[in-house]
Amino acid sequence: MEKSVIGATFDAPAVDRYPAPNAGTQRWIAALGLIALAVVLPFVVSKYHVFELTMVMIYAIAVLGLNILAGYNGQISLGHGGFFAAGAYTAAILMHRYGVPYWATLPPAALICFALGVLFGLPALRFEGPYLALVTLALALATPQLLKYFDNWTGGQQGINLTKPLPPHWLVIDRDRWLYLIVLAALLLAMRIAANLLHGRTGRALVAIRDHPIAAAALGIDTARYKTLAFGTSTLFMGVAGALAAIVIGYVSPEGYNLFLSLSFLVGSAVGGIATIGGAIIGGLFIEFVPNLANDISDAAPWAIYGLAMLLFMYTMPQGVVGSLGPWITRSMRQIRAQRAAFAGGDEEHDGKGRTS
Amino acid sequence: MTMKRALMAGLSAAGLILAGGLAFAAGQYGPGASDTEIKIGNTMPYSGPASSYGVVGKSEAAYFAMINDKGGINGRKIKFISRDDSYSPPKTVEAVRKLVEEDQVLLLFSTLGTPPNTAIWNYLNDNKVPQLFVASGADKWNDPKHHPWTMGWLPTYQTEGRIYGRYILKNLPNAKIAVLYQNDDFGKDYLIGLRDGLGDDKAGKMIVATQTYETTDPTVDSQIVALQASGADVLMTVAIPKFAAQAIRKVYDIGWKPTHFLCSVSNSVGATLRPAGLEKSVGIISAAYEKDPTDPQWQDTPEYKNWLAWMKTYNTAGNVADGLTVSAYSFAQTMVAVLKASGDNLTRENVMRQAASMHDLKLPMLLPGITLSTSANDFAPIKQMQLEKFDGATWKLFGAVISGR
Repeated sequence: MEKSVIGATFDAPAVDRYPAPNAGTQRWIAALGLIALAVVLPFVVSKYHVFELTMVMIYAIAVLGLNILAGYNGQISLGHGGFFAAGAYTAAILMHRYGVPYWATLPPAALICFALGVLFGLPALRFEGPYLALVTLALALATPQLLKYFDNWTGGQQGINLTKPLPPHWLVIDRDRWLYLIVLAALLLAMRIAANLLHGRTGRALVAIRDHPIAAAALGIDTARYKTLAFGTSTLFMGVAGALAAIVIGYVSPEGYNLFLSLSFLVGSAVGGIATIGGAIIGGLFIEFVPNLANDISDAAPWAIYGLAMLLFMYTMPQGVVGSLGPWITRSMRQIRAQRAAFAGGDEEHDGKGRTS
Repeated sequence: MTMKRALMAGLSAAGLILAGGLAFAAGQYGPGASDTEIKIGNTMPYSGPASSYGVVGKSEAAYFAMINDKGGINGRKIKFISRDDSYSPPKTVEAVRKLVEEDQVLLLFSTLGTPPNTAIWNYLNDNKVPQLFVASGADKWNDPKHHPWTMGWLPTYQTEGRIYGRYILKNLPNAKIAVLYQNDDFGKDYLIGLRDGLGDDKAGKMIVATQTYETTDPTVDSQIVALQASGADVLMTVAIPKFAAQAIRKVYDIGWKPTHFLCSVSNSVGATLRPAGLEKSVGIISAAYEKDPTDPQWQDTPEYKNWLAWMKTYNTAGNVADGLTVSAYSFAQTMVAVLKASGDNLTRENVMRQAASMHDLKLPMLLPGITLSTSANDFAPIKQMQLEKFDGATWKLFGAVISGR
């Protein structure tokens, strides 16, 4: 089960007081159940929905990347669409120009975006809060223009058309379902890496820097190193998401990577729960479905509906869906366990009394 | 003898009825078509930077509504499903996949914009879904060998650029030309056409300055100032309406008086010249292939009256001075003509075959002398245009219809 890290510090003693006898096992069973569901899902819905769900997972990887930076480390970026684009174009150029197979474009996209993120993160160290937001906003605004400027590589306005990868012939499934499974694997790996990174020393250091940079530095945390690391990891996730998006959509062009994309990621992050891992999936769902739903409700003012949906989420669940519901679920579970423990304890007492008397 | 003749007559009548019945029973349908309905898909930028083109989709819907009220096409009603893609290619892919896979449309019609259409080009051709009458003037839609399921409609940007080049070469042989163009295929295609029309060696000498803009730029003021500084006496503006209006205003405000050529994409009085200021637009030269609804010379013709009646009854949200509503009207009429010609064989293959066999199709709101023709090797329906000059109130056509091939 996911917990926000802030929540964890408060929850920890309580959880320890009433540990579920087999909480770890239960968690594993739940996780495996969800994964099994995710694997079966594409085979029971139509190809178009498979495509939509694939996009949801791609956006989830991107939102997860932003969560590491904005949620856990408190660095707000309005320009992550730029790194998403960098990943997309890395994959597209490698596939189109050099005939690299699609799966082999993911590691280079990850590496290039990690390097770009670290390079961008170095000067960004000097900027805090709103100033960093402005610097990254500049990146978001510049992205479409930069893509057009290097038109020898990027194909300029025309973009690059890619052929969709075929599944291996020994597997009897179509491209959409094959890509879904690849993206699912990438998402699970990304969530695993994020969990390892964040639920440990590094995660605590990142949160400490977010909550009180001076105190964190005084404790001996190398703030510059951790902030740069957060930036690089975050853009690495973005790069992988961008590359997957290019492969799945089969086309890259500057119009697809505008400021709105960067803002969508931040919206998805906030709606899902900015300092959570599971929230990324909610964020992906929001990015993919809410604009379309808004369009179905009113084609005259879809963005008003979109705005309304955002307000609704932010007012009712200010910590995001997972950030707000997560602690509530944890609390309820704890109460149930406490009741069970009390009940079990009462029985023991009773038995004990029975034996002594 | 009479008996025999009567029997023959009876038999042949029965044969005819039977044949008719068989033809009806043998009505062949692809996805999205049935005895009662033909589903047509479309994407439009109803929101985002290119939303001024949204009127095209709304007008097409209004035209199909009129056709349906008149009984449809061969008894079948048109269901026109138009989705917003905000001019963002990933959104277009999603919308088109939904139209093809969920809504099960027979074909895609008049999808707008070069990047959005490029994004769905391979998908539609791979899946053998007609991508008919693409609302983009790029040259690449005329590629029947590699993309047999895609067809353009508009005179291409290169065709039009070539027409301007030929005119300038003949009438302004000593011109120093400055070009403002949108930094994409749309802008670059015009420049290629213009160079082609001038001839390669002449083009190098005559074009003295070029400036580009991005659709995300706030204004083109600085580009206009830079072009004026080049000393050019001819300005060619290749811009969408918002930026074309800015350019016209700026040229006037800084007191520059070049012979101003404006691409037909933006020669709508309602969408470009009125926002720019009519007095600032006097003398601008453009090219046309369809009738300007504000031109008094058409206003007594039955063609114009029919169009106006449709505008007043079905397209009430549209502006009667907006040329985009005329384009949409003609786009939709081409679609209806092709579907009519397809008869009861509404398979994707047959619709494509009919689209590729138009012979001098005349449409009421195209300029006299301009017709649509296609063949198995020619997927560019309109290839001719006529030049026109703005007199402060309307466009005045001059010269003959010029072919830009």
